[in-house]
Amino acid sequence: MAEALLQAEHLNVSVEDKQILFDIGLNIAPGETHVLMGPNGAGKSTLGYALMGSPRYKTTGSLLFKGEEIVGLPADQRAKKGMFLSFQEPLEVPGLSLESFLRSAVSERTGVKVRPWEFRKQMRKVMELLEISPEKAERGLNVGFSGGEKKKAEILQMLLFRPDLAILDETDSGLDVDAVRLVAEGIRTYQQEAGGALLIITHSTRILDPLRIDRTHIMVDGSLVYEGDASLVAKVNESGYDEFIAMKKA
Amino acid sequence: MKEKTQVEAIDRSVYDIRDAETGNWKVDAGLTEEIIEQISDEKNDPDWMRAFRLHCLSVYRSLRVPDWGPSIEGLDMDHIVTYVRRGKRMSNTWEEVPQDIKDTFERLGIPEAERKSLAGVGAQYDSELVYHNVREEVAAQGVIYTDLESAMRGPYADMIREHFMKLVPPTDHKFAALHGAVWSGGSFVYVPKNVEVAIPLQSYFRLNAKGAGQFEHTLIIVDEGASLHFIEGCSAPKYNVANLHAGCVELFVGKNAKLRYSTIENWSKNMYNLNTKRAIVEEGARMEWVSGSFGSHVSYLYPMTILKGDRSQMEFTGITFAGEGQNLDTGAKVVHQGSDTSSYVNTKSISKSGGISTFRSSVVVTENARRAKSAVSCESLMLDDQSRSDTIPAMDIRSGDADIGHEAQIGRISDEAVFYLMSRGISEEDARAMIVSGFADNVSKELPLEYAVEMNNLIRLEMKGTVG
Repeated sequence: MAEALLQAEHLNVSVEDKQILFDIGLNIAPGETHVLMGPNGAGKSTLGYALMGSPRYKTTGSLLFKGEEIVGLPADQRAKKGMFLSFQEPLEVPGLSLESFLRSAVSERTGVKVRPWEFRKQMRKVMELLEISPEKAERGLNVGFSGGEKKKAEILQMLLFRPDLAILDETDSGLDVDAVRLVAEGIRTYQQEAGGALLIITHSTRILDPLRIDRTHIMVDGSLVYEGDASLVAKVNESGYDEFIAMKKA
Repeated sequence: MKEKTQVEAIDRSVYDIRDAETGNWKVDAGLTEEIIEQISDEKNDPDWMRAFRLHCLSVYRSLRVPDWGPSIEGLDMDHIVTYVRRGKRMSNTWEEVPQDIKDTFERLGIPEAERKSLAGVGAQYDSELVYHNVREEVAAQGVIYTDLESAMRGPYADMIREHFMKLVPPTDHKFAALHGAVWSGGSFVYVPKNVEVAIPLQSYFRLNAKGAGQFEHTLIIVDEGASLHFIEGCSAPKYNVANLHAGCVELFVGKNAKLRYSTIENWSKNMYNLNTKRAIVEEGARMEWVSGSFGSHVSYLYPMTILKGDRSQMEFTGITFAGEGQNLDTGAKVVHQGSDTSSYVNTKSISKSGGISTFRSSVVVTENARRAKSAVSCESLMLDDQSRSDTIPAMDIRSGDADIGHEAQIGRISDEAVFYLMSRGISEEDARAMIVSGFADNVSKELPLEYAVEMNNLIRLEMKGTVG
């Protein structure tokens, strides 16, 4: 087995003294794609937030990224080490244009000031791939974006930042058929051309179809109860989570 | 990881350099007939002005200090020196300006701005203009840009007498009366009919003397069909005694004319800024205000627009940033007199470290103003729990067909938004500064570029050390 990119051991996560995630163990090797499934309220999004370093959650246990302990590290440092989280509900920042935000984030991550016109060329190419209209770059970050446009803008960020691990939290929820196709194409580009690793939190299989899936995890009530290969996704879609819920109770 | 740093105030080092007060001629502190006479002698006032000053002093004595706004108890008029002048008279070349004063304005970037992007510059140091110059091609268009004192003795003497403190009469409030009594310096601008001044004129006001007051008077007349952008900037070094600024701005916008008046006010935090600005707008004309208030200990500032003519318009865009020890009471007033007039007021206020920011708006629509339209929007951002932000709207609508809107919002920086930006690799401090700058963006967009940059730098400096 290749050396892990992300390795969680005995990870416990709580918010305001209420424990939400229990004894999580997770291994993601470079370039691997993992899918995280589970019933509503199982704690899947919490895991995404906690891995990214949200200050709302208190985390104990061990979390190694590229062999380095990152528990307690703030989100910006985790991002700089190569992590990315696509938000289920991306935040709006009025007055901060998408383009200038992307440019300062890229400069911040690489430590190199990018030339505005070169950056614009690069950004426009990715926007074209995702069919995001160019005038959106001038708009405030996510301000006035439809649900689908927000998700596409998250994928745009992922493709420009080129993280080593991208956590996608319900990126396909609330999207129409066209948007799903474009988002899936963006993820496929990241997976196959950039060789990036993925942890995809999802309910449905719509964005998974064009992707190679290495592992599938099932979460119930804050615990990872079962792990399998790509075929597990189809199985869940056929028979739901009952079997896994029973597993948790047992 | 989160390092709590305490930054007392922004890095004001550029503004805070004090010049030695050698060679100054000044009147005694306080207010007496003798002092007023002395100022009149010093300025060689025409008789009507001398009489007007003395009249203003009696009005001043008869009026009470306002009791509805921030406290101005720390301001003791018996200790304010109302007139301070360096030995030299005004120059129109930089070479003739005394070296230390020149250095001050060089540091503030005034001569550089003049070379690059201005049609004319006035620079006032304490009570008197030290420099005034207007580009030849602009002067050739018939544009007058000079100090009021010399204009009062020149071919525009009657025009000045006709307009001076007619829009803001001394009876308006106590500090307008004070201004009338001791005013000194400021600018007179006249733009003749149908002349468009393509690039802005700028006046910069610097108050250096400790415990002094600055009372400059700005009188701008934009004749029919003409247009002008006027910029004013102000700053002062910080002292531990009160300084006072009670300037007065009177703007006359002729039929179908257009005037934009931009201000970046960055007084030091011992300043009482009790400033009065007013514009009267004729038929089909347009008045635009852009106002950034960052400095001073206490401010009372509510630029007023009288939409006198039919189809006249006004737009006010403002931002106020109140930090520690600051109580900034700002706003805008508009009176709709003509029909089909419109006003649009859009302000943002930010308060932090116990700063208090109050926004007052007043919209008056008179009986005869048909189909008046007015929209007022005020958004406030509070950066911590110690700070305060209030919105006080007033409306007096006397016509039946007015279309009036008012919106106010008070918010905080959302932790979720900070985390969102941090998850992209941006530090917490930068994330907060980005959110605040974004909040102020629609105002900075209206400012001339170098001021927009300065405003963003001020925000960035103010945001330093707020991560706790």
